[in-house]
Amino acid sequence: MRIGLTVNGQKRETDAAPMKRLLDVLREDLRLTGTKEGCGEGECGACSVIIDGEVVNSCLVPVCQADQSTILTVEGLAENDRLSWLQQCFLECGGAQCGICTPGMLIAAKTILDSDACGSRSAIREGIAGNLCRCTGYTKIIDAIERAVIQNR
Amino acid sequence: MTVGTSITRREGYNKLTGRAQYIDDLSFPEMLHGKTVRSTIAHGQIKNIIFDPAFDWSVVTIADWRDIPGRNIVALIEEDQPLLAKDFALHYAEPILLVAAETKEIAETAVSHIKIDYEELPAVFSIQDSLKSSVRIYGENNVFKKYVIDQGDVVEGFRESTHVIEGEYIVRHQEQLYIEPQGVIAVPREDGGMTVYGSMQCPYYVHKAIKANMALPDDRVNVIQTVTGGGFGGKEEYPSVIAGHAAVLARKAGRPVKMIYDRAEDLAATPKRHPAIIKHKTGLDQDGKINAVEIEIDMDGGAYATLSSVVLSRAAIHALGPYKSPNVRIAARAIATNTPPNGAFRGFGVPQACFACELQMERIAKQLRIDPIDLRRNNLLRLGDITATGQRLDYSVSAEQVLDQALEHSRFYEKRDLYERQRKEDPDSPTIKGIGVSLFMHGAGFTGSGEDKMKGQAGATLTKDGRVKLLTASTEIGQGTRTIFVQIVASEIGIPIDLIEMEEPDTSKVPDSGPTVASRTCMIIGGVMQRVARTIKEALTEFVAERFGNTSIEIKDGQFVDSEGKSLIAFQEAAREYQEVRGALEVFHRYSSPPGIKWDDDEYKGDAYPVFSWAADVIEVEVDHDTYETTVLNITTAQDIGRAINPVLAAGQVEGGTLQAVGYALLEEVVSDKGRMLNNSLTNYIIPTSVDTPEIHTILVENEYPFGPFGAKGVGELPMDGPAPAIAAAILNATGVLVNELPITPERLEKSWRGL
Repeated sequence: MRIGLTVNGQKRETDAAPMKRLLDVLREDLRLTGTKEGCGEGECGACSVIIDGEVVNSCLVPVCQADQSTILTVEGLAENDRLSWLQQCFLECGGAQCGICTPGMLIAAKTILDSDACGSRSAIREGIAGNLCRCTGYTKIIDAIERAVIQNR
Repeated sequence: MTVGTSITRREGYNKLTGRAQYIDDLSFPEMLHGKTVRSTIAHGQIKNIIFDPAFDWSVVTIADWRDIPGRNIVALIEEDQPLLAKDFALHYAEPILLVAAETKEIAETAVSHIKIDYEELPAVFSIQDSLKSSVRIYGENNVFKKYVIDQGDVVEGFRESTHVIEGEYIVRHQEQLYIEPQGVIAVPREDGGMTVYGSMQCPYYVHKAIKANMALPDDRVNVIQTVTGGGFGGKEEYPSVIAGHAAVLARKAGRPVKMIYDRAEDLAATPKRHPAIIKHKTGLDQDGKINAVEIEIDMDGGAYATLSSVVLSRAAIHALGPYKSPNVRIAARAIATNTPPNGAFRGFGVPQACFACELQMERIAKQLRIDPIDLRRNNLLRLGDITATGQRLDYSVSAEQVLDQALEHSRFYEKRDLYERQRKEDPDSPTIKGIGVSLFMHGAGFTGSGEDKMKGQAGATLTKDGRVKLLTASTEIGQGTRTIFVQIVASEIGIPIDLIEMEEPDTSKVPDSGPTVASRTCMIIGGVMQRVARTIKEALTEFVAERFGNTSIEIKDGQFVDSEGKSLIAFQEAAREYQEVRGALEVFHRYSSPPGIKWDDDEYKGDAYPVFSWAADVIEVEVDHDTYETTVLNITTAQDIGRAINPVLAAGQVEGGTLQAVGYALLEEVVSDKGRMLNNSLTNYIIPTSVDTPEIHTILVENEYPFGPFGAKGVGELPMDGPAPAIAAAILNATGVLVNELPITPERLEKSWRGL
């Protein structure tokens, strides 16, 4: 079927089987490979994207359900090749190590940043609970998001 | 100087913007997708392979052992493991056939239309069964390897002891669980060679393996590490298997072949941490000094030898932990079972040995009614002491220092008293708190003579525009190799970090630095890099001195300056001129052991490691009396890793390793039935999430090692060793129950608590 998406502010169209995973459409059809697959069953969050303001695991979304939606992926975070404030905090606090969970983690963090949540460390923990990281022990990811939230105000 | 500062990760920008290209992000023209047909039994003879005639086999490429042009082995330490099983399968999920097709879906459909008939044979799944059974998996007795470490006279030592205390400890599989599954792409070259791209720690291991499988010379195989989404040892040896498979398919199809495991296959088929049964017998005098120790370690190696012998060796050497005893006997065996081979995982045998050793200390303290801290302090290794292998510790010994720092920063005594009071005042509380300690060490670099045999190499060259380009096969897997090497070289030469770049990790472009394992990258190869930098500095200084007729010059902030600090020429300009006048400058050095290091492989005596890193954990837990669940409340860890080249990256290693060990202690359990993993999914193989994670307070203790680069030692594995016993000690403190098995799930704690 013909699928229309607004991805990172750009209108994109592609032909895809309706049940094809949104993850595969992003990675294969649109060549946006920043979104990663870690488990394919919605447990690890490496494939997190924002659809119409909500964080979802794109490995669990058939593309037909995302037709005509607005999607933000990791590629849409930087502006004119400059890291966003959130990305800059991850860089400086050591929030990325191997980097494979980073795209999904940034997407989850962005929703924390955009929400009116208080930004306490426990709220941040809850906000990224759907995103597994095996490198950092989460400490520096939480440091980065905390800093982004505090200095964003 | 940039060493000691937390410059940001060099490849950080690419990782944060989604531009970093991991293996599954790459694609080649005409590329096929490969899948593996695996054994569905644990032990048996392959009788017949049936290809369902309902499927159109013309659309796929099929390969079996006969399609391997070279040797049908996985080239590691031994050659017992076939790349593809020929007549027998020795474990569940053993690779037998390979399929490649235009899409993953076609390849998967093809696999589902292949049926293999077996004659099943009796199989063994545990250490005990393997030793008793007549089933033969390896050699005459299913023992892959045996080591004995002997010091003094244990019989006499026990006879002289006032107390003799025995304990048994059981640890099980743990999965590395890198978030990026195993993956490679093999691309046939026009000259008949093979290029392999992949997610891996050790490009030269894969290089060696592919040469053997494909019967190709050195220069016809090149292996390129792509950005790697976590390793933890899991991408030390296994990439040699998947790369071999992709290369066999690529050769047969004459096209590039991509193989990416899905999570279920990765969990079911790839190596895990070795299960082990460890027995301790400790003799102490009346003052609580250890007088004799006997330790038996039996490890489950799985169906093939892989790296079990070296994992076992490291476990044996670390079995007595950071303690001394005049009389020691350590006997260690790695045993074959009909289960997928176990392999490298951060800590490499030490987390198992450390759990047993530290819980034995807790058991002793409990039985003798002495403070576990005093017991440790009374027996810990100090500068000049001798270890179980007879190594005299001459440098950077910090057992007492890290213990003191962890106790102080965690306010250990105050909290222990508080929790004890709370337990007494409110005995009916549904939750109880406790606090525990572990003290541990980890040898950096290969064991024994390993580094002298390896002679790891690194180099650098000057680029045309006058920068320094580093050449090394040490890989970036998230731990910060690319950043710390740049810091070491920049600091040694005296130039800014932006004058340094790194060659891509391609075996046709970089020398063999040895594998990226064993906490060796910073200390061993970082040390070689420092010597390379020194040679470059000397060559350019000599050149500039001659040009300016001034011998008292040095490099400061990227400028050659005279003795009065006046700038003569910029480093970059000097490097360009050097090449115009004298030609290219390429420098290579190899690792050589510091003076005085001696190791006897036959007697297993001597300097097991050039130096040790030391750490102490203090962990607070809350145990639920009704559900038997344990929550970790707080972790304080003091780790002496020598000089921290980049403190933020180093602390990141400590925090990540610590949490991985919290998973080992409480959550992560491989459930198997007849050698087949049942919970091969992230839904039920549980690793810690952010809400399972306590605050981790890291104290970097920097007791410098004179032979490490700028005083650095190893950091990668150390943090994985200590948390499990500290958690068990905290549970013991809270409940009075010593749980001698991992993971301490609610079921296991209930069993121990109720004496079931």
